[in-house]
Amino acid sequence: MQLTLHVWRQDSPGKAGRHEKYEARDVSEHMSFLEMLDVVNERLTEEGKEPIAFEHDCREGICGTCGMMINGVPHGPKSMTTACQLHMRSFKDGDEIWIEPWRATAFPVLKDLVVDRSGFDRIIQSGGYISVRTGSAPDGNAIPIRKEDADAAFDAATCIGCGACVAACPNASAMLFTAAKVTHLAKMPQGQTERWDRVLGMVETHDAEGFGNCTNHGACQEACPKGISIDYIAQLNRDLIKATLSAKPEESGKDA
Amino acid sequence: MRRVATLYRTTVGKKVLMAVSGLILFGFVFTHMLGNLKMLLPPEGGHFAMDVYAEFLREIGYPLVPHQTLLWVARLGLLGAVFIHILSAVQLSQASRAARPQGYAKEESLSLSYASRTMRWGGVILLLFIVYHILHFTTGQAHSSFVAGAVHQNYVAAFQSPLVYLVYLVAQTALCFHLYHGVWSFFQTLGLSHPKYNHLRRPFAVGFALVTFVGFLTPPTLVLAGVIS
Repeated sequence: MQLTLHVWRQDSPGKAGRHEKYEARDVSEHMSFLEMLDVVNERLTEEGKEPIAFEHDCREGICGTCGMMINGVPHGPKSMTTACQLHMRSFKDGDEIWIEPWRATAFPVLKDLVVDRSGFDRIIQSGGYISVRTGSAPDGNAIPIRKEDADAAFDAATCIGCGACVAACPNASAMLFTAAKVTHLAKMPQGQTERWDRVLGMVETHDAEGFGNCTNHGACQEACPKGISIDYIAQLNRDLIKATLSAKPEESGKDA
Repeated sequence: MRRVATLYRTTVGKKVLMAVSGLILFGFVFTHMLGNLKMLLPPEGGHFAMDVYAEFLREIGYPLVPHQTLLWVARLGLLGAVFIHILSAVQLSQASRAARPQGYAKEESLSLSYASRTMRWGGVILLLFIVYHILHFTTGQAHSSFVAGAVHQNYVAAFQSPLVYLVYLVAQTALCFHLYHGVWSFFQTLGLSHPKYNHLRRPFAVGFALVTFVGFLTPPTLVLAGVIS
């Protein structure tokens, strides 16, 4: 099939960018979206032009590296699918496709479709650690966990940190990401010791990074390639309220 | 206090203030709607039911406290809630605008409801309406034949004008949308989420918004139709 691409090109951070038009010829419907871009890039390279920069790594939908706005939807039209797992059969011959990077103050564009998502790393870092005995691997079932909690923790842990939630949110909020990371540990017995410090630290870093605030639209959960629910944002809110309003004084016990 | 300040410093804390002040305003709106339904009741002992109710509101708490004391406590409380609600909205909107200075050339709105997208402008419409409404029915400057204390008479005189009816219809529509997204957001922001009850939150918000809409507009519609005079 033949496609017309409108791709955001930007040479470096802070430089003005623009949309450029490319014709993608002889695209097979079995190609992934990234393979289609590979083919376009190959031609650009042969013509002595700068290829389109985009991030990718595993191409199996599990690393969270790829991600771009495809026709105004993060990761493109197929729900619960990353850009690398999106196939060209989701488009038809003659389609025009607009490809843009995630847009957020906290995700500055580095080049073309590549944005700097290190803000996510700093949110995770501010979540700190969990207190567990290191050394030999613990016995698999030594700590009993309710099935519902294990499932909820696992669902939250499927977040791959791709940034689609921020891209979709009209406020460029990273609440879904932060909520997934907070809940993932808050639902586990191993995450209890630092639970209240963690939620506070992560939310404060979230705000400091310049992400917007959640206005409960729910666009993030539609965009999330892992289908993470905004119920986790409610959990984050509840944990944060508990962590602040009902936290015990630091000095407590007999010596206080 | 330090913990309250810590919570307030975060965007979530500002949203909590938004939700709690919103809850106070929901409570007011609902009570106000119930009060307006007095227009449908027959007169009691030569007095209109609405006027009896209005007198009750002025005298509530008397003789424990002086005349109109609790009325003013409630008014100041509501004014405070409105102020906090608007202040939080402005702060949060500014933070959100700064978070996305450049938009997309092409954007699909994923699951963005009309109600959620119009919260900010809907809020501005409601604020303008509240100012007009107070000038109209409380202080009387915006009313052509205002008589202090004669609530029933003022009400009927106002809604005999289709133009006034239209203004209130627009305001109630804005309120209906604002309440729908507001009530649902209230649950979400305060973390009132439970797998067993979550599916009831949206229907509850729809129900609350619709009951308010119908409750507020029934008496004016009957006035305009000439049923209440």
